[in-house]
This record gives sequence, C-alpha cells and structure tokens, in this order.
Amino acid sequence: MLTIDALCKIYPNGTQALEQISLNVDAGEIVALVGGSGCGKTTLLRMISGLEAPTRGHAALDGEEIRAPHPAVGMVFQEARLLPWLTVAENISFGLDDLPKAEQDARVDEALLRVGLAGYGKRWPRELSGGQAQRVSIVRALVTQPKALLLDEPFSALDALTRTKLQDHLLALWETHRPTLVLVTHDVEEAVALADRAIVLQPKPGRIFADIPIDLPRPRDRLSPEFAEAKRLVLKALDGSINQPNPHQPGKVYSPAAGGSF
Amino acid sequence: MSEATLDTSPTTNAQPQAARFAVFGTSFVIGLVLPVTAALLYEGAFRLGLVQARLLPPPSRIFTTLWTLAKTGELTTHVLATTVRVGMGFGLGALVGMFLGALTGASRNARRLLDPTLQGLRAIPSLAWVPLFILWLGIFESSKIALIAVGVFFPVYLGVMAAIANVDRKIVEVGRAFRLSRLALVRRVLLPAILPDFIIAIRSGLGMGFMFVVAAEIMGASEGLGYLLVDGQQLGKPDQILAAIIAFAVLGKFGDWLIVVLTKPFLTWQDTHQRGA
Repeated sequence: MLTIDALCKIYPNGTQALEQISLNVDAGEIVALVGGSGCGKTTLLRMISGLEAPTRGHAALDGEEIRAPHPAVGMVFQEARLLPWLTVAENISFGLDDLPKAEQDARVDEALLRVGLAGYGKRWPRELSGGQAQRVSIVRALVTQPKALLLDEPFSALDALTRTKLQDHLLALWETHRPTLVLVTHDVEEAVALADRAIVLQPKPGRIFADIPIDLPRPRDRLSPEFAEAKRLVLKALDGSINQPNPHQPGKVYSPAAGGSF
Repeated sequence: MSEATLDTSPTTNAQPQAARFAVFGTSFVIGLVLPVTAALLYEGAFRLGLVQARLLPPPSRIFTTLWTLAKTGELTTHVLATTVRVGMGFGLGALVGMFLGALTGASRNARRLLDPTLQGLRAIPSLAWVPLFILWLGIFESSKIALIAVGVFFPVYLGVMAAIANVDRKIVEVGRAFRLSRLALVRRVLLPAILPDFIIAIRSGLGMGFMFVVAAEIMGASEGLGYLLVDGQQLGKPDQILAAIIAFAVLGKFGDWLIVVLTKPFLTWQDTHQRGA
C-alpha cells in the first residue's frame, strides 16, 4: 500500500506548492491525480517517486518511507526520455543491470512483444514515433516489476488516437503483475478510462479537493452513459476546484451521491 | 496513426551499404572538381607559357619536389618531428583541458573560481606567450610543446565544460530514478551524453595543435614541416613551401580522420549525415 501522510511542499522562494496531502492507495489500485496546471500534481508525484523531497510529511510504500528513488517504485515521465545512445532493447534493460544477461534478454523480448514492438529491439530511439517511444518508456519502468508505477502525464504529448491506444496498452500491461498505478493527468477522459479513483486537486496551494471512485467494469466502454456520467462528475469537481471561492475544508470528500453540492 | 504501417517494416532503416558508399563516392568526386580543374588549368597555362611560374610553381613541379623530399627520406624526418610535437602538445593540452573542463562543467563553485581566470588567459593571443616560453623553457622542444598545448587547451576546455553543463537534466533524472550510483551515473549517462560534443572539442583542439606547431617551428627549429616553410622562404624555393603546405594539409586531415574513425563506433546512434545526403 502506498501511504501519503500530511505531505507539504514549500519552495525556497516561499511558494507553497502542496499543503497537507494525505492519501492511501491500495496495492494494485489505479489512481488518477487530476487537476489544472499549477495544482501541484506533478510535484506530488515527484515526491512519491523520491526524486524530490517534501518539506514536511512523507510518502511510504508498505510502511517504508520513500526518501530517495525506491527500487519498487517505477517512474514514467511526460517525455519518453529514452537514452539516445542505447538501442531500444538496451533502453528497456537499463534498470535490469543486476540480472543475468539471459534473464534480461528474455524480459526485454517479452516486453517488446507485449507492446507490439517485437523486432524493434535493435533500433535507435530516434527511429521511433512518439507513441512507440512512450511504449518503450513504459515497459522500461515495468520490466523491473515494481510494486508501484508512477506516470507523469505520460500520454499528453501524443495525438488522440495514439493516446487511446496507449491507455489500452497500459491497462493490458497492468493486468499481468497488477502494480499500483498513480497517474497524473489533466485529461478527464483518461482518468475515467483508467482509474479506480480520480483524485481532484485544487491549486494555490495544492490540496485534495475531491476523491471520486470510478466503479466501472473493465474493459470500459468509452461511449457508454455510465462512462459519460463519471466523466461529468470528475469535470464538475474539476470546475468546482478551480472556481470555489472559499476553499479550504479539510477532510471534505466529495461523494457523487451528494450530487456535487459544492 | 502511421504506427500500423511502421509495425510491418522493422528493417527499413538498414540502408544498403553499397548505396551509402555510392553516395559518399559521388560527393567525394564532386568535391575534387574545383581544385583539380584549377590545378590543371594552371598547369596548362604554364606549359603554354602564359604564366611566369617563378613565384607560383605549377603543380607538376610541386609534386616533383614533394617526391624528391620523400625519396631522400627528408620528408619523413620533418613529418615525424612535427607529428611528435603535435602529439605531445595535443596530449598535454587535451588532458589538462579535459580535466579542468570536467571540473568547471560539473561544479558551479569550481566554475566560479576557475573560469574567469581561464577566460582571461584565453583572451591573450597565444603567440604572445612565445617569448616567455622561450625564456622559461629554452628554444628546444619544451617551449614548442608548451605553446601547442596552450593552443589545444582552450577549445578542449571550453568544449568539455559546455558539454557537461548542457547535459539534459531530464536524462540525468532517468539515471536517478533507476537509482544509479554516482559512478554509474557518470559511466552510463554522463559520459555517453557528452561524447559527441567531446569529440568535436577534441577535433578542434587538434586543429589548433596544427596551427600552433607551425608557429612554434617558424620560431626556430632545425626540422619539422614548419622548418621546411622557413627554409623555402629563405632560399627562395616556393615549391618547397607549397610542398610543406600540402604535407601539413594531408597530415592534419589524417589526424582528424583518425579521430573520426576511432570514435565512429560510439556514435552510430546519432544521425549519420550520409542518410540525409
């Protein structure tokens, strides 16, 4: 379980990026952090990853505090960030240095097959399209079989069609080992398509505004009325988070049953 | 969108080797057109008696001189002397340049401490050091090597510093996310990331080395290609001067080519310009 306990982030210039974030994510759960720009969602993710240190509070995986990048936590960035001097296969095995070569190769081949890039192992990253590169980036983080995978707007730079395809790829990959997924996104449709819960963040200072369960069976039909309804709820919370005049109500959790009365 | 079509063709990047050579060959020949035509025209004009070739000898005479120098073994002596000087000066200058460049590129404090002084020294025309080096180190090899090293140092220093300072922070973060140790981060991320810029810095350093070896040898030497230049001037032998110039061109180009060939295996991931040509 991923535990985030009273996490605060104040930048050296005094800007309070995040205020008292507390959140529990169950093992195998998919959580989407949704919010407009400047609400601190990426900062939150980076602190969970251990790449950035919180000012106060902490994040922990299975009770173990995360102070630096953790072996059981994988990270996928907004850009693919493949190392241009390594082939696709070498990029995927970048985090597998400790394993014997045969095991590395086996995992790489399987990963390439899983994301529809079989035969691409010897290519250079510059020869890949944006969507292909991001798929490689995702499996690079997944081949180490982390307990939790953090994704920072991983599909935001892709065209709509590719984005949908990659969301499906991600779910298919998740099915195998069922790691916990924490996904930062500003795309409501993406949040509803993937997540068990959408956490809506509010800016200035960044904090949790609503925690919306999305109880739709998988595979999800993006055209169904239930899907549209879930999207509407998240959108409404998002709107509320931006427009609410008197914001801070600690502990308030939005529930769809209440009809969005804020 | 086009991914489906890409999926089916995993081998399109392997451009046939033969085609690549053909492209290279063609551009090589095109590059030769201008100098060869000019040389032939001048040779023709000389043969027809249209030009007085006392100060600018025709190509045939230059090559005869070159051939004679080669046959008597003189050319080897001079080339060897120059190569040894450039080699030692380059080695010294490049090593110090790499070291200080890495230091200032990696540490902001080191940069604040060292860079202003080094930039100040760089502003001094390097030949201004010559009298001082001769006083300090004598007129023989040491002062020449020191001068060449100074010339090589600055491009290498600047290139390495810029390369390290400009390494993509995002790529470094990937290394951190995969929990690389400091040493592993340098070996697996930083060094490969700076390699292309580093090679360019080394190449311009070597170019400077050849520039300064001429200055050093004109200063006073009893052998070396630069000596051939001065000797040709004093004895009024323009063909010998031109022969030495050609030898310099060939030697410099060969040195540069050597760096390119030796480092090529490490840079295959970069866009090769042949594919675009």
